[in-house]
Amino acid sequence: MKKLVLFLTLVLSLSMILSACAPAATEVSATEAPAEVATEAPPAEPFRVAVVMPSAINDLAFSQSMYDGLLRVQEEMGADAFEFVYSDGMFVVDDAAAALRDYASQGFDLVIAHGSQYGSSVQEIAPDFPEVSFAWGTTVDTFDQPNIFAYEAASQEGGYVNGVLAATLSTSKTIGVIGPIETGDAKLYVDGFTAGVLATDPTFTVSVTYTGSFSDTALAAEAATTHIAAGADVLTGTAQMVVGAIGKAEESSVLWFGTQSNQTSLAPTIVVASQVYHWEGVLTQMIDLIQAGTMGGQSFAINLENGGEVVEYNPDYALPAEAQTLADATVQGIIDGTITITLP
Amino acid sequence: MISELFTTTVLIGVLASGIRLATPYLYAAIGETFGQRSGVLNLGVEGQMLLGAFAAFYVTLTTGSLWLGVLAALIVGALMGLAMAFVTVNLHAQQGISGIGFYLFGLGLSDLLFQKMLGTVETVKGFTKIHIPVLSDIPGIGEIFFSQTVLVYLAFALVPVSWFVLNKTTLGLKIRAVGENPDAADSLGVSVARVRYFTVILGGTLSGIAGASLSIALLNVFQQNMTSGLGFIAVALVYFGAWRPWGVMAGALLFSMVNSLQLWIQVLGIPIPSDIAVMMPYVLTILVLVVTVSRVRGPSALTKPFEREA
Repeated sequence: MKKLVLFLTLVLSLSMILSACAPAATEVSATEAPAEVATEAPPAEPFRVAVVMPSAINDLAFSQSMYDGLLRVQEEMGADAFEFVYSDGMFVVDDAAAALRDYASQGFDLVIAHGSQYGSSVQEIAPDFPEVSFAWGTTVDTFDQPNIFAYEAASQEGGYVNGVLAATLSTSKTIGVIGPIETGDAKLYVDGFTAGVLATDPTFTVSVTYTGSFSDTALAAEAATTHIAAGADVLTGTAQMVVGAIGKAEESSVLWFGTQSNQTSLAPTIVVASQVYHWEGVLTQMIDLIQAGTMGGQSFAINLENGGEVVEYNPDYALPAEAQTLADATVQGIIDGTITITLP
Repeated sequence: MISELFTTTVLIGVLASGIRLATPYLYAAIGETFGQRSGVLNLGVEGQMLLGAFAAFYVTLTTGSLWLGVLAALIVGALMGLAMAFVTVNLHAQQGISGIGFYLFGLGLSDLLFQKMLGTVETVKGFTKIHIPVLSDIPGIGEIFFSQTVLVYLAFALVPVSWFVLNKTTLGLKIRAVGENPDAADSLGVSVARVRYFTVILGGTLSGIAGASLSIALLNVFQQNMTSGLGFIAVALVYFGAWRPWGVMAGALLFSMVNSLQLWIQVLGIPIPSDIAVMMPYVLTILVLVVTVSRVRGPSALTKPFEREA
């Protein structure tokens, strides 16, 4: 009995200490005032969004891209008109499903399941909450449900541009790609990148490794080391594990091309460019549709044309002028349709 | 294509990468071996590693001292070990479940601290490779064995030391006795609680250093969930190694070498589907286990809380 009391006291005090240290809520308010005063009266109630993400909001990759997108939407709409909460690090799908159901039952206007692994969870939960709108990415499948939106990234487009640039800058004619799992926007990016390299110079060797995980940072780092030992002088990769690979690239002065988020801050000397996902356009479209009464049933894509994907260059990397011109022309060509990206 | 595998570059690459990949497994698994030999199963290794990794990274980042970082990881790991020891020895909790609880705690707390105190992924100047004079100039072997960071050397030095402690010292005898027959040990005056406290705290300390080896030696970065299941594989390696330090080292090396081999297979473009390549280290480990495990028995008192019979 004494032991039980002691244990309960410990647990109680520990949880009180921890909850005092934890943030009051995961609600995020705008970090700066909106750029301009709203010219129309704000809606009576703010539009509330909840997001479930598989990795940290500062992973410099997938989850961060959605978090940054939501911050930008909030900046534009104003903190009174737009609120969002998030649960990150939900790499266990069952936990994510519980979080999705939780958010839906709390009456959020839009619940976003940001991860293709959450598909079956969304499919199961959405019918139980017909007055809540769900969004699921990266995919095109809305499961024919009236309250599910789907969104995807045509990451092969920015990948192609990165590939063209990589082929221009590489001297050893060997390029390494470090992928996570051969699925979704990761596979699209890898295939687009490879296509871009080979379209520029078919004699190049593009080696692709998949680590089998989105989060195995140590294996991604060793994959980078292996590529470099095999002669690669330019590397690229996708998913949050690439921070390990970027470190190895920097050690060996090997160039890096990023995707999903701007990865310049991690290695300012070797990161050339990153394809950055801007989800704000898609998010705004979904919000407008929901406010007009359409709860789902549509799929969206971010690409170079609609500004959902932007190739952001590292200002500290001295990119030769011809390479810059070629890259810009490639972007324009993809937008026009004059360049077609053939995927395997 | 396959012939490209049998070149010196690949061989050196596989061995050197294998040794680096094996290091965190080695620290964590050796620590867990001590705990399990004394009868305590600790599934919270992963949580201890993550907190140790963060502590080492943060202290190194703010103070600039690598060894202070290692010390921080050591202390954090020891504290986690202390908590686990208290829960299993004094509170007689179900060891598997409490271990998972510590895992979740370590995972969540390391991420929370990371987000509040750092906010973004950044790199740190970690341990650099130490080239042992003369030996590191030997072609091939020099690069593999004698040009690694100090934490890698320490991990492998830990193996003979652990073997010696477990098999040739009185302390080791006590540990093994407590793990095999705690009642008999208790009747002979060995404090079961004290021995288990020691081994579990030691295990926590080594897990903390395993985390530090990732964040300030091998990867020089900290990220949420960067261990990605490493701790659980380390626990499995204890079983694989038959609760013996040399066996654990063999398991860690086998797993890691095959992992680096499959990376080379993918890099060289050998047409094996990436999913199969990624499976290889796990499949091979299971195969070896099937062949060898029949003769091995674990500590009899493993996972059983000890209560003195009145």
